[in-house]
Amino acid sequence: MALGKKERLALLDPLVNNNPITLQMLGICSALAVTTRLSTAIVMSIAVTLVTGFSSMAVSLVRNYTPPSIRIIVQLSIIASLGIITDQILRAFLFEISKQLSVYVGLIITNCIVMGRAEGYAMQNPPLLSFLDGIGNGAGYSLILLTVGVIRELFGSGRLLGFTVLKSVNEGGWYEPNGLMLLAPSAFFLIAGIIFIVRLTHPEQQEHA
Amino acid sequence: MQQFSMRYIFGFCALICLVCSLMISVVTVALREKQEINRHLDKQVAVLRTAWLVSPDEKPSPEQVAELFKNIRVHVIDITTGEPAEGVTPETFDDAKAPTIPVTENGPGMPEVPKLVRIYEILDEQGKTKEFILPVVGKGLWSTMRGFLALDADGNTIQGLSFYEHGETPGLGGEVDNPRWKELWKGRKAYDSNGNVAIKVRKGPAGPPDQDPYEVDGLSGATLTSRGVTNTLRFWLADQGLGKFIEKHIRNAGTGV
Repeated sequence: MALGKKERLALLDPLVNNNPITLQMLGICSALAVTTRLSTAIVMSIAVTLVTGFSSMAVSLVRNYTPPSIRIIVQLSIIASLGIITDQILRAFLFEISKQLSVYVGLIITNCIVMGRAEGYAMQNPPLLSFLDGIGNGAGYSLILLTVGVIRELFGSGRLLGFTVLKSVNEGGWYEPNGLMLLAPSAFFLIAGIIFIVRLTHPEQQEHA
Repeated sequence: MQQFSMRYIFGFCALICLVCSLMISVVTVALREKQEINRHLDKQVAVLRTAWLVSPDEKPSPEQVAELFKNIRVHVIDITTGEPAEGVTPETFDDAKAPTIPVTENGPGMPEVPKLVRIYEILDEQGKTKEFILPVVGKGLWSTMRGFLALDADGNTIQGLSFYEHGETPGLGGEVDNPRWKELWKGRKAYDSNGNVAIKVRKGPAGPPDQDPYEVDGLSGATLTSRGVTNTLRFWLADQGLGKFIEKHIRNAGTGV
């Protein structure tokens, strides 16, 4: 499928230039919660990306028929349904990981990125563009999640995807795991660090008080 | 922007709800069987982990689980009498449909508990009873915690405790999952010399089992979850819970059910 300029922009712009986490500051809550291990971060990323993509498409499909007075609840119904379906699928096929993600899969419904894209983009744009925008934003979210997940798992427990990379003292190695990395605040510091780097290299994103 | 009539708005709502609920129903029904299998397997693995037959990092295949379960006898116990429930076959017993009894005092934080529970008797290679895996269920801070307690054939020494289902705060109360914390339960005593339930989760660290037989380290930042664990164990180890069964069939008989 050849993508036009507009489509490409919808898909790629959210990766760095308009990243939902670093620029729009959306979806931080789940970014803190599911990134202690890379495996959960990966599954969460895929889940959020698909839910954002398909919910944006569905919202966009019915946008011209949706009465404005009830548009938010309509978006919520669509997003919630997709969230529940994702949860059910994970429980059937990735039971272990769905247990680790616990409530956060259900909370995709309240993930600000999904609602933000539905209300802010999909209500004004055609289905294909909205779908790409959803996938793009999901991918932007994933990019941050995976970066944070890699750093936290590597320095917090000396492993990556469960494989030992830095042998920890407990297992007879040399690496003293950084316990802070396993706690939620570390994700705050890391995300803040990423935001700092992105805004340093993209000065147009800096906000002026 | 176009105006919508009240009738259209309600109709649109109904349609969206119908489509959404249809999608969810189809997915739920289609996947239910697979989820049941997962849940059943997960519970079996929890039993094996509590008994330390499977290490915390290990992910056994369904075949391995079935193999290990050959050395496990399953019983359904009526907690009011402490005897095996009559007319119930353990293989077809459905925990979800078990009758319940109300708990008035010293409960595990729940108004009622199941009257019939499934317990697991672990045998060694010679077919002798090694330990019992007893179900425990009680309220933590947010959620109902379901788990297993491994009790030695002496009816007093705890071999392990683990929760396979709970919704406590990840990182705080959720640390009931932490293998290192679970390790601390090994070798503690459930009852004191007078036969009263003595085991509890204390606030702060406890000593090794030979110095501190009745206490386990508290989970930091999770006082209420820790208290929930204590209450849950105290209920299930006491006469209201599985105490009668432990008295009759473990401590006095020592040979199993």
